[in-house]
Amino acid sequence: MSEPILKVRDLYRTYDIAGGLFRKATTLTAVKGVSFDVERGSTLAVVGESGCGKSTLARMLTMIDAQSSGTIEIDGLPIDISKTGISKDMRQKVQIVFQNPYGSLNPRQKIGDVLEEPLLLNTDMGAAERRDMALEMLQKVGLQPEHYGRYPHMFSGGQRQRIAIARAIMMKPKLLVLDEPVSALDLSVQAQILNLLADLQDEMGLTYVFISHDLSVVRYIADKVMVMYFGEVVEYGTRDEVFDNPQHDYTKTLFAATPRADVESIRKRLAAKAA
Amino acid sequence: MPLLEIRNLKVEFDTAKGPFKALDGIDYTVDAGEVLAIVGESGSGKSVAMLATMGLLPDSATITADKMEFEGRDLRTLSAKERRKVIGKDISMIFQEPIASLNPCFTVGFQLGETLKVHTDLNGRQRKERVLELLRAVGIPDPEGRLGAFPHQMSGGQCQRVMIAMAIACQPKLLIADEPTTALDVTIQKQILDLLVKLQQDSGMGLIMITHDMGVVAETADRVIVQYKGRKMEEADVLSLFENPQHSYTRALLSALPENATGDRLPTVSDYAEAGGFQ
Repeated sequence: MSEPILKVRDLYRTYDIAGGLFRKATTLTAVKGVSFDVERGSTLAVVGESGCGKSTLARMLTMIDAQSSGTIEIDGLPIDISKTGISKDMRQKVQIVFQNPYGSLNPRQKIGDVLEEPLLLNTDMGAAERRDMALEMLQKVGLQPEHYGRYPHMFSGGQRQRIAIARAIMMKPKLLVLDEPVSALDLSVQAQILNLLADLQDEMGLTYVFISHDLSVVRYIADKVMVMYFGEVVEYGTRDEVFDNPQHDYTKTLFAATPRADVESIRKRLAAKAA
Repeated sequence: MPLLEIRNLKVEFDTAKGPFKALDGIDYTVDAGEVLAIVGESGSGKSVAMLATMGLLPDSATITADKMEFEGRDLRTLSAKERRKVIGKDISMIFQEPIASLNPCFTVGFQLGETLKVHTDLNGRQRKERVLELLRAVGIPDPEGRLGAFPHQMSGGQCQRVMIAMAIACQPKLLIADEPTTALDVTIQKQILDLLVKLQQDSGMGLIMITHDMGVVAETADRVIVQYKGRKMEEADVLSLFENPQHSYTRALLSALPENATGDRLPTVSDYAEAGGFQ
């Protein structure tokens, strides 16, 4: 739990916005000089509001998008897909789970095929071996073997998110990027998925980059917290440092805006209302 | 007399697999000046109840109730035409997806003016004045400049403000907000909730907040109804609900909140359901 599995240094991502007849071409910098380390087996939570660059960061870490400048190193392997392309080796290191389990599964693909596809593309395993692994994985994420031949529409939101997680860990990645994995789910289902993620982390020694805007979830799951605001990191520290003693104004605003569900603050609100 | 009084509301949907009971005999009452929160998970029927009240359910739904009165008027016997006079004027509703609930083809100013055109006798100039006043009331910067803006040119939070402006345009007596902040960031959520509560206190209207977020309940509600699978599990004022939840389902919901986590694992609602089940 000491050496960093993910090292990011001075990472930038810019997008060119095409000009039109009356508009000059401009560039938008979505991520501005982000640096951080994530230790093996730990969880880094990335917090921020929409447009702060947290999903762009996730796209770069998972090799969906190339960085404009800066370095990413995952498990000792430098990642710069615009120069070197992607090898199967790199794919095995990192996987992603998306926010919306309704959108991230192909409706025409059976669950078994969903789970086997990463193996089919990246390994030389035979069909029987792939099938065994998929069945094993279904059990691991709390689903049944009979779910193997079913289609995504036959599952609830929580079950689909379990499938998406299963697909992501089929390759036994070192690093799992979770882009708002529970924000589309009900409270009770959210609790189940968070428990599942904690179990998998213990069992497989996974490292998580957990992107979220829900501070109560972050407080529960994170070891370290990074707060982003307009593409920059404004706060980075251990969970307790950030939550107990936030330094940046934006972090303070964020905490103040989070609804509190404790009796004390309800009492305070009702008293203020009566006055 | 309560503002809205519904007794024994039942809603059934005809499906290919036979009738599905979405609501199984629930009572709702809201007084003027009161904030009622209806909480539940998806499938608990919390939205269906309010859509039934508004008359917005599809034909496949069968709605029965012993009583369904708004200001003493029976909503069940209203004709479609009479209902339209009440809906949008005395009762209005805000939906979850602000960008999807505005018409992308018309400007914000036009859509706001349309509500006024249907429900009031104001002339064009007066309507424009009122629209500007509304946009200012909901905190849109540069309202004059925004009149000609299309929904896609505004952010989610601004669209939700426009929706709220539209909903309060005719000074409704009852405002129903169906997950008004679920699609928004926490900082924007805070602004929208503060705005709704302020408008509610200034105007003394009744407000029904439909939500699955216990934090939103804690921040806004006076009284809370907890629903599960079409049934009412618990009804209490907000303080006693959080301080001393009576029903095991409410306790399950509250303990599934990550901030209430005590050990390594979060208790889930199904743990409770397996232990005893909710009846």
